[in-house]
Amino acid sequence: MRLSLDGRQALTDLWLVAPATLALVLFIFVPVAIVAVLSFSDYQFGAPTFNWIGTENYLTLFSSTIGRRAVTNTLLYVAIVIPFSVGAGLIVATGIHRMAGWAPRLSNLMKTIYFLPVAATLVAMSVAWQMVLHPSLGIVNQTLASLGGQPQNWLSDRGLVLYTLAMIGIWQSIGYNMILFLAGLAAIPPELYDAAEIDGAGGAWSRFWTVTWPMLGPTTLFVMVITATNAFRVFETVATMTGGGPAFASDTLVHALYREGFVYFKAGYASALTMVFFAFLLALTALQLRVVERKVHYR
Amino acid sequence: MTRILLSRVLPAALLGLGAAFILLPFVWMLSLSIKPRDEIFSTTIELLPSRIEWSNFTFALTRTDIPLFLWNGTLMVSLILFFQILFAVPCAYALAQRNFLARKLLFGLVLAALLVPFHVTAIPIFLGFAQLGILDTFQALVIPFVPSAFGIFLFRQFFAQLPSELFDAARVDGLGETAIVWRIAFPLALPAATAFAIFSVTAHWNDLFWPLIATTDPDLATPPRGILYFRDQESGDNVGPLMAAALVITAPLIIAFLFAQRRFIQGIASGGLKG
Repeated sequence: MRLSLDGRQALTDLWLVAPATLALVLFIFVPVAIVAVLSFSDYQFGAPTFNWIGTENYLTLFSSTIGRRAVTNTLLYVAIVIPFSVGAGLIVATGIHRMAGWAPRLSNLMKTIYFLPVAATLVAMSVAWQMVLHPSLGIVNQTLASLGGQPQNWLSDRGLVLYTLAMIGIWQSIGYNMILFLAGLAAIPPELYDAAEIDGAGGAWSRFWTVTWPMLGPTTLFVMVITATNAFRVFETVATMTGGGPAFASDTLVHALYREGFVYFKAGYASALTMVFFAFLLALTALQLRVVERKVHYR
Repeated sequence: MTRILLSRVLPAALLGLGAAFILLPFVWMLSLSIKPRDEIFSTTIELLPSRIEWSNFTFALTRTDIPLFLWNGTLMVSLILFFQILFAVPCAYALAQRNFLARKLLFGLVLAALLVPFHVTAIPIFLGFAQLGILDTFQALVIPFVPSAFGIFLFRQFFAQLPSELFDAARVDGLGETAIVWRIAFPLALPAATAFAIFSVTAHWNDLFWPLIATTDPDLATPPRGILYFRDQESGDNVGPLMAAALVITAPLIIAFLFAQRRFIQGIASGGLKG
């Protein structure tokens, strides 16, 4: 039997797109559906049967101290990382951008240094941070002691550990934000600065507030959302340095879903954690889409 | 004079201070990795050791499984990248340069898939792999990442910019669509492929989440998973070799970055489009 031309074309299309489409459905869409359904069950990995328990997993999550800890810790972590990482990224980018005018090599070197943590393997760097912050052998406490300060248990003090992790999160993401801001800075037409100078805004400070900052507004929103999306996923540093401890003081959503699902094998409850994590990210993406739209209108 | 001080020296000094903070863990890691044991455990602050202790590196490279972890990582990221491209490129080409019924729907599907972080799909994939009995195998590290919505999206955007006359001419010359994909479209898309390769290799070399879940056999450990095995075995005793191992594990990406900075930054920054 011979196929018509249309038929053959359709077969070609199928041959080209079917493998990728099937793989997407199998490894992304079906799992999302399953995880949503599982979140209403008490299924445990390896158990022969399970029951539908309605929204009990979600109730447990939001009413138990440990569940609430994971949510509030993640939100606090994100709330610390966003302003500092975005602010530092902006300051560094502005500095590097201006430095390129009189010391291009030094400016490039600075860019390379600030980007290093983004390229490095975070788990290996977490192991290094552990030694930097080591209670007795770490350089931070040794310096503090030699200056007469009080050494701290950066990673095992309940009140401190989340801030330490946030500091490392900031350390890791400044370079990425710097790159995004540098792209934004390069897109500002130099005429605007000339115009500002004629209007009397000659100093670096007033140039920044009259030209740079308003022009970077949309970029800043975009960078904030991206920083938030990445901060919500914090896992590597937690798993490597604290395991969520001490006493769940540094437990975050992704780490909690890992522990409940794959250490305690509570698939149902871990699915509920997954859905809460997913909901936060989707809300952020919705925000991101609106921001990108605004960015386009602005230009 | 004051003006130059304010506009150049002060900002440069601040940038330098920030850079010192960024470099702190790198410098401390490097410093400990070449320090003799007794100097690591001394309480005085010395960045430079009295003599360079190479035995930390020889220990990490010969008495531990670090070389095996590096090999596992290399094999894993290569296979993931190979299959991602094999699946994504034909689909992206069809989405950009061919007209078929469900084209819009399929592109919508790709965009929707971009919104799903891997963490969300981990539990069902784990369940499925347990059913199939392929947990704790090397395949388990690769298979979940074969479909890359981000790859399809990136290549589609690139192919959409190419003139369709180019592909019509190839058809007139008698090339089939599969040949057009791999012999014309893909070589043209090399800039997109480089960006995607850098993004994919970095992401999977550094990933801890899935290797931690999918494998328990230390022989299958990827570099991040492996260094944690090493650290937990030594229980804080062998700091020098541990720092040497951390350095060796992060070195490939750092070296690649230093040699191809612009491409590297482009590749990683392009990942910002991903949800």
